[in-house]
Amino acid sequence: MANLKQLAAKPEPFSSGHRACAGCGAPIVARMVLLAAENPVVCGCATGCLEVTSSLFPYTSWRTPFIHSAFENAAATISGVEAAYRSLKRQGKLPVDKEIKFIAFGGDGGTYDIGFQSLSGAMERGHNMLYVCYDNEAYMNTNIQRSSATPKGAHTTTSPAGRVIPGKQQFRKDLTAIMAAHNIPYAAQASISHWNDLVTKVQKALAVNGPSFINVLQPCRLGWDFPPEETVEIAREAVDCCFWPLYEVVDGEWRLTYKPREKKSVIDWMKKQGRFKHLFRPGNEAILAEIQANVDREWEKLLKKCGETAEK
Amino acid sequence: MAIVEKAAYTGNEAMAEAMRQINPDVVAAYPITPATESVQLFSNFVADGQVNTEFVTVESEHSAMSACSGASAAGARVMTGTSSQGLILMAEMLYIAAGLRCPIILAEVNRALSAPINIHCDHSDTMAVRDAGWIQIFSENAQEAYDNLIQAVRIAEHPEVLLPAMVTTDGFIISHGMEAVELLTDEEVKSFIGQYRATRPLLDVDHPITVGGLDFTDFYFEHRRQIAQAVENARRVIPEIGQEFGRRFGRFYGFIDPYKLDDAELVMVALGSTAGTARATVDGLRTEGIKAGLLKIRVFRPFPAAEIAEALGRAKAVAVMDRSDGLAGCGGPLFAEVRSALYGGKNTPPVVDYIYGLGGRDINVNDLRRVFIDLARLAAGEPVGQLVTYLGVRE
Repeated sequence: MANLKQLAAKPEPFSSGHRACAGCGAPIVARMVLLAAENPVVCGCATGCLEVTSSLFPYTSWRTPFIHSAFENAAATISGVEAAYRSLKRQGKLPVDKEIKFIAFGGDGGTYDIGFQSLSGAMERGHNMLYVCYDNEAYMNTNIQRSSATPKGAHTTTSPAGRVIPGKQQFRKDLTAIMAAHNIPYAAQASISHWNDLVTKVQKALAVNGPSFINVLQPCRLGWDFPPEETVEIAREAVDCCFWPLYEVVDGEWRLTYKPREKKSVIDWMKKQGRFKHLFRPGNEAILAEIQANVDREWEKLLKKCGETAEK
Repeated sequence: MAIVEKAAYTGNEAMAEAMRQINPDVVAAYPITPATESVQLFSNFVADGQVNTEFVTVESEHSAMSACSGASAAGARVMTGTSSQGLILMAEMLYIAAGLRCPIILAEVNRALSAPINIHCDHSDTMAVRDAGWIQIFSENAQEAYDNLIQAVRIAEHPEVLLPAMVTTDGFIISHGMEAVELLTDEEVKSFIGQYRATRPLLDVDHPITVGGLDFTDFYFEHRRQIAQAVENARRVIPEIGQEFGRRFGRFYGFIDPYKLDDAELVMVALGSTAGTARATVDGLRTEGIKAGLLKIRVFRPFPAAEIAEALGRAKAVAVMDRSDGLAGCGGPLFAEVRSALYGGKNTPPVVDYIYGLGGRDINVNDLRRVFIDLARLAAGEPVGQLVTYLGVRE
């Protein structure tokens, strides 16, 4: 369990002054993850919102060493940094008493899609690194194109709500489960709304010997279309309606880390976001029902994996 | 100059031996024919504890160059090897490695590009990435590949250069051909290359830096200009290191390697293994009283335009041998650059292009004789009919 007072007393590892949109959740992810780290860290980041808004030359928000090289390779790039660390340390070219941790950040584009191969390879090779996906459910940096993390029905600029096709046709890819299937020591799903849960997960992830992965839900006020002051609340409601459950997989053991007292309606959550507004026009009731049924089914599956029951 | 060993090595084996002696901190590589062997051999060195290297067995060449870039930025001495599709899969990262000023060394085996898929030699792969900001050194044989790889470490890591470097051999012809190679001792290599000390490594966590930031219109041009300056600096550093290597080990290297050019009227320009065939052709023609010569180009990037113009200063006709077709519709890449190097000089002989050997199509002395016969006609004043000839193809 993290202590908010202690966290607040730490030097700010991710500086303000970056150029993220008002209400953006991505810097919240970066700040919380870096605050959680107890050792010095070297960070990498895929091309995307977090990278372009935080490292505009000659400025940087990163008070840790930071490297960005391209879009699809944050995992491979940081795996190279980690390999250099192991090599130089083994050869006595670095102080042996200093333990450095390695963290790669990527959006859902750089993680679920174009960077998926690089991520899978790095996890399989067993590098001592944490990969954090800040999942905002579309390619926000290039103006809201659909990704494989985009939920069914969402309007994006490449899955527009048109006269014939009502937004994205497919359900989202369950990346956290796919990463857990790599049999890495630690995989988890978290949200910016549950800071203690997130910070604790980062600390657990950095403590394991080997690769770890955390998928953090990060509402995008621009792409999801809601008022900027509601970012954290929208994230909280995603958790409470079980669209984005919080759980962890530790050495293959699935565990729910937060169970909503009352499971809310996913449709109520969707109503607050402009990306779903077309689904509330008459004629789309079946799609809404299908989305709710899917959330229910996935939630039941997860409860079973975690050895929980629905009512408790 | 203590030579401990003169033994038979393939080009890949010679490259792998050089890698073992360089003993890089990190190697990240993905196998591809015909470069696979050197990666396999190097894996054995790692498995047997003969090197201190952290070997990252990546899942693709793109990740290989990504991991190399990360490791280099972290402060490690880094190497890799690839060929053909692997090199062009890396292409995005080759540009970034140069832009991030990572002095990575790449052992490249020249191979044709798909489609059709073909595993044999031509220079299409290396030429496809010629503008990436890498030093590019071509090797005529396994000995040169070995010597070049060792020198490349010094060139790339030179504080006024700090650019990545690729050393190339011709696929199968050199990579798999067995030759007598003189190896240096491990100690000689170690003392020649010295220790690598990165100036601002990522792993210096007490002095954090941001690598790979975003430049807008106000800084991008200046940063690219710095890379251009580094390439210009390499023009001075490459021959210096080639001379130092020669003084210490007896084999001298520069940008170009002229053969019987002093009085040559008919000159062939070539890269890589074809230079050996061209030299034999020149020798044959010389016995017949024909003033033939060869200009072998060792370094393609930076392009030694002034040296080439000087070396071709007395030629009456020049044939450029392109083992790749840039598909520009007006000749191969070597042709374009050699011809451009002569423009505005004192001597502007007719220059013609021969695109040959694509996909490993063999080239022999008779083929090259035919080229010199064409040159003799041009030198005698016959007008250039055809600027670009596809040599040895069925049409």
